[in-house]
Amino acid sequence: MALRLPRIGTSQIVALGLILVANWIVSPQFFDIRVQDGRLFGSLIDVFNRGAPVALLSIGMVLVIAMRGIDLSVGAVMAICGAIAASLADTHSLPVVLAAALGAGLLCGLWNGLLVAVLGIQPIVATLILMVAGRGIAQLITEGRIVTFTSPDLAFLGGGSVLGLPTPVVLTLGMMALTLALVRGTALGLMIEATGGNPRASALAGIGTRFITVGVYVWSGLCAALAGIVASADILGADANNAGLWLELDAILAVVIGGTSLFGGRFSIILAVVGAFIIQAMNTGILLSGFPPETNLVVKAVVVLTVLLAQSPRLGGHFAGIGVLFKRSKSGGKRS
Amino acid sequence: MHATETLPPPLLALTGFSKSFAGFVALDHVDFTLHAGEIHALLGENGAGKSTLIKAMTGVVHRDAGTLRLDGVAIAPRSAEEAVRAGIATVYQEVNLAPNLSVAQNLFLGRQPTRFGLVREGEMRRRARALLGEFGLSIDVSAPLESYSVAIQHIVAIARAVDQSARVLILDEPTASLDAHEVEVLFAVMRQLTSRGIGIVFVTHFLDQVYAVCDRITVLRNGRLAGSAPVDELPRLDLVRLMLGRELSEATSRRPPVVEGEARADVATFRGVGKAGTIAPFDLALRAGHVVGLAGLLGSGRTETVRLVFGAERADCGAAEVAGRAVSIGSPREAMALGFGYCPEERKTEGIVAELTVRENIALALQARRGALSPLSRREQDALAAKFIGLLDIRPPDPERPVGLLSGGNQQKVLLARWLATAPRLLILDEPTRGIDVGAHAEIIGLIRNLCREGMALLVVSSELEELVTYADEVVVLRDRAHVARLTGAQIEVSTILATIAEAPSSVPLSADAA
Repeated sequence: MALRLPRIGTSQIVALGLILVANWIVSPQFFDIRVQDGRLFGSLIDVFNRGAPVALLSIGMVLVIAMRGIDLSVGAVMAICGAIAASLADTHSLPVVLAAALGAGLLCGLWNGLLVAVLGIQPIVATLILMVAGRGIAQLITEGRIVTFTSPDLAFLGGGSVLGLPTPVVLTLGMMALTLALVRGTALGLMIEATGGNPRASALAGIGTRFITVGVYVWSGLCAALAGIVASADILGADANNAGLWLELDAILAVVIGGTSLFGGRFSIILAVVGAFIIQAMNTGILLSGFPPETNLVVKAVVVLTVLLAQSPRLGGHFAGIGVLFKRSKSGGKRS
Repeated sequence: MHATETLPPPLLALTGFSKSFAGFVALDHVDFTLHAGEIHALLGENGAGKSTLIKAMTGVVHRDAGTLRLDGVAIAPRSAEEAVRAGIATVYQEVNLAPNLSVAQNLFLGRQPTRFGLVREGEMRRRARALLGEFGLSIDVSAPLESYSVAIQHIVAIARAVDQSARVLILDEPTASLDAHEVEVLFAVMRQLTSRGIGIVFVTHFLDQVYAVCDRITVLRNGRLAGSAPVDELPRLDLVRLMLGRELSEATSRRPPVVEGEARADVATFRGVGKAGTIAPFDLALRAGHVVGLAGLLGSGRTETVRLVFGAERADCGAAEVAGRAVSIGSPREAMALGFGYCPEERKTEGIVAELTVRENIALALQARRGALSPLSRREQDALAAKFIGLLDIRPPDPERPVGLLSGGNQQKVLLARWLATAPRLLILDEPTRGIDVGAHAEIIGLIRNLCREGMALLVVSSELEELVTYADEVVVLRDRAHVARLTGAQIEVSTILATIAEAPSSVPLSADAA
């Protein structure tokens, strides 16, 4: 594993900026923002609004990947929790709806965590179980139909706004702040990075690696539940077949773009969220440019390849020289 | 061997083999000669360079310098396959075959007899039976390899290697997982091969096996050739001395005057603690300001002992008492709560977290003990790092450097700092001076003495006997996974320890070496 000096995320911020500028070139109104009914509208706002579900997923995913794990089930968990929220929305109050959906996400995370930490199943296999089964569970909840609802309370979480910002963006920022406080405000972040970096050494240093492993999967389940609620609230219904479909891959990609290695260790929550918005900015840009949407997948593939090549220890040396140009003086500070 | 000039050239001759990895010298001008029909033991402790030498002669790693001659002809294999084609085959401890394929398929994998591009199964089985018959083995060759014992799997691997026209056969710890009878079968096969003029390099940790089957012994130590002699010219005691060696600077060999103090307070007492198949039940008393050393050869149970003490392995018998109270130590966390600390032997895989900084590595154990919810503030971490970087002279003195970029000695100091930060009552050090330069040796030994003076109890595993005798108040000698002797006072001498290690060992090796 290559040793990396602390990163400051310059490359991710620059990449997001470049993509946004590219969007502006293909669509000159891209940066136009107007206010309507006290809410901001515009293509730029749309990037953040549409990117919110993947950004939420990436907040949980980055912790799992930092622990050398992976959570393939988040898309299916979104479908389950979205289905629960949509089914209950018109008959129960919002707190009950949220508690039920978030509780389901928590249980899904607990299931994954126990499979990985207690039974010692490889994370990719353990979470594959729920990835496959979860969509079936969601279909059972919706009884195979597309469930719709009219509750304005739940709809607010998808289409409303707080201080002019779309609610999904506010929820994402809130979840990010909460996770940062939980992980960087305590010693959990250090313990996660230590365990991901060297699990045996961390266990011998007295870190409760098993407990933390369960914890990160539970958190990933919660993030996925919130993403599922947002997605359902946005379309005023739940489609068990398509909600969150393949979004686990976008979330993993966002984490990797954010500079967290799939080998675990050092991680950055903020940069993972930036990664999610980079992906959404690309999606939006391709739509705006008038290219067929299919090209989106090819562009994404090229980005993934570039990121992975840049992370490869064998090629790392060639990129290191470029990195030096961006590096500021030793930052040293706690990164998020 | 007086008429050397009239003899044919040796089967295999290595001269001046050198190899370094990123500044660490793994092999330093090693010579090695193997004659046809000879079983040649290659011995040495962990890190002595045996594996590197084998990998360098089979082309798995590229040597920096040196020549390799097979039958007097210089060869330079660049991969294991090329080495096999040249006539040098290796059989590793972990049999490198496909367990789900049949014995016959394994024997002829990649070189199956074919007709019109199709594998001739019948012909393959016939040849397989004939081949194994030469080794006195008559088994169903169409059964999957995994249905047979490890010993038979080894013989299949050897048969495959020999059938690929091997002239030189390298056996890397083939007996580690065999029982006594299986070892005999393997030895019979080895002797038969030598009668065909094949030369065998035999790597093992079991000294009695060396004397049972080998013709010649070569010992490596710290990447250098420590000695080479016919087996009957190298008695067991001399062999052990060669393996453990004597390399010491003046500064570390002085033994400080023994302070005959009052009876020290017991920190921890272990009675009858052991684990089946790992280490026989032992008693151990650890006192404040007292250093207990564990001495023995590799695989004798030293590391296993300290892992039981620290709870990294769970004992299946015995009782432990800490500060007068009966305790059960089931995990490192429980051991830490009792005030224990453990610097493991495998620094890279079990000690440091390479990508974290020096500061974070030092804070890790203290943080783990405080729990995630009461984090050490950045200022406390900085103070901790600054204190120990100064105290232990960690270089470079940069707390924000990833610890993987430090030298071995400085990594060891960071690990020591991690545990000293928790102010332990008992500190366990497993090979604290392994793989670090001579200067750092002296510093770490000085540190051990200071800690002891301050009243910490220490349990130290060391292969560096000359060092061990200078600071240990008591030395426990281990052999074949059991504590066999306890030396105190004037008994603590290198010669006494060596003699105890080399004393008539049990003839039956115990079960598999966990290492």
